Amino acid sequence: MPPKGRIIVSDLYCKGCELCVGACPQAVIALNPDRITAKGYHPASLFKDGCTGCGICAIVCPDAAITVYREDLRARRAIPAGA
Amino acid sequence: MDTQEEVIVYARPDSLTKTNTHYCPGCTHGVAHHLIAEVIDEMGLRERTIGVASVGCSVFAYNYMNFDFVQAPHGRAPAMATGVKRVFPDKVVLTYQGDGDLASIGMAEIVHAAARGENISVFFLNNANYGMTGGQMAPTTLPGQKTTSSPNGRDVETQGYPIRASELLATLDGASYVVRRSLHDPKNIRLAKKAIRTAFEVQLRGLGFSMVELLSTCPTNWEMTPQNSLKWLEEHMIPYYPLGDYKVNPAVAEIKG
Ligand SMILES: Cc1ncc(C[n+]2csc(CCOP(=O)(O)OP(=O)(O)O)c2C)c(N)n1
Ligand code: SF4
Ligand code: SF4
Ligand code: SF4
Ligand SMILES: [Mg+2]
Repeated sequence: MPPKGRIIVSDLYCKGCELCVGACPQAVIALNPDRITAKGYHPASLFKDGCTGCGICAIVCPDAAITVYREDLRARRAIPAGA
Repeated sequence: MDTQEEVIVYARPDSLTKTNTHYCPGCTHGVAHHLIAEVIDEMGLRERTIGVASVGCSVFAYNYMNFDFVQAPHGRAPAMATGVKRVFPDKVVLTYQGDGDLASIGMAEIVHAAARGENISVFFLNNANYGMTGGQMAPTTLPGQKTTSSPNGRDVETQGYPIRASELLATLDGASYVVRRSLHDPKNIRLAKKAIRTAFEVQLRGLGFSMVELLSTCPTNWEMTPQNSLKWLEEHMIPYYPLGDYKVNPAVAEIKG
């Protein structure tokens, strides 16, 4: 099973440019049409499961708006098989 | 997911201020900013670094990078950086310059700084136009490229050929490390970051002039979406401005490892 990840996109920095949307290998990011930032942009957000925490969205984001988290695989290995 | 079982893969670097930039959405000036900030964080140089901002869209770089900065007149950043570095040889001194700034009005300053082997690091953002002033033709504008001052496309018969700054500066003995990278996809962004790191290593070891040219987009003046701008860069700019290492002093080759 691929590692689980998640991203948090900052409303302060995101400009809705969609570069992260185009770069995400899992295609799990989209602009959120229901939200609008103080600057007037629809911010990016995860719209479905499947983020692996690979960090590619953060590399391409021109506004360093994305914080990327990934499951700590050491924690997974510590869980006994079948648990 | 329990937060204790998570690791942070990426967080905004400390060397960026907590400021929303004025750059247009999707402009890769921002990518260059975060790469420089990440390298400065990773190398622990924030308290030692002095940036020299230029004139162009990156004129406010001093508001966005969280270390000391001065602001040079148009094109003169390498001259000002020369002075700063000679007065404070222990500081890490960088310039951040656009293609209009570096290759047009500032051509004399960059050539002589490189020829003198000034121990500074230059980050050269080439987006093939004057972004700030409304997308006029720059020395780097491609043959046939439409800009607001070449509405029928750059005609090399009357407007000459684009200048390849990296190739030109690489001919100078004072230049130690001169490379071209691109900001159009994750792989190339990673390679750009490595080059930025090498440029600082060169300066820290006193090996002389270093420059990283970064091919960059200008979605607003190119009149394209940010995504299409990346494709345009890849398909049109890279063939004219090949990525690669144009000057790597043997002493630098060692630290590249
Ligand atoms: C002495 C002087 N001449 C002209 C200008 C007008 N001017 C401002 S920015 C600029 C060009 C900037 O282009 P570039 O360096 O490519 O930066 P970009 O905005 O594309 O990042 C010019 C000509 C100026 N500010 N000062
Ligand atoms: S971390 Fe990777 S998988 Fe997750 S949203 Fe970003 S690019 Fe997509
Ligand atoms: S790349 Fe950054 S600024 Fe652009 S939409 Fe994604 S999070 Fe927002
Ligand atoms: S005008 Fe071009 S270079 Fe300037 S911020 Fe906008 S997209 Fe970037
Ligand atoms: Mg420019």
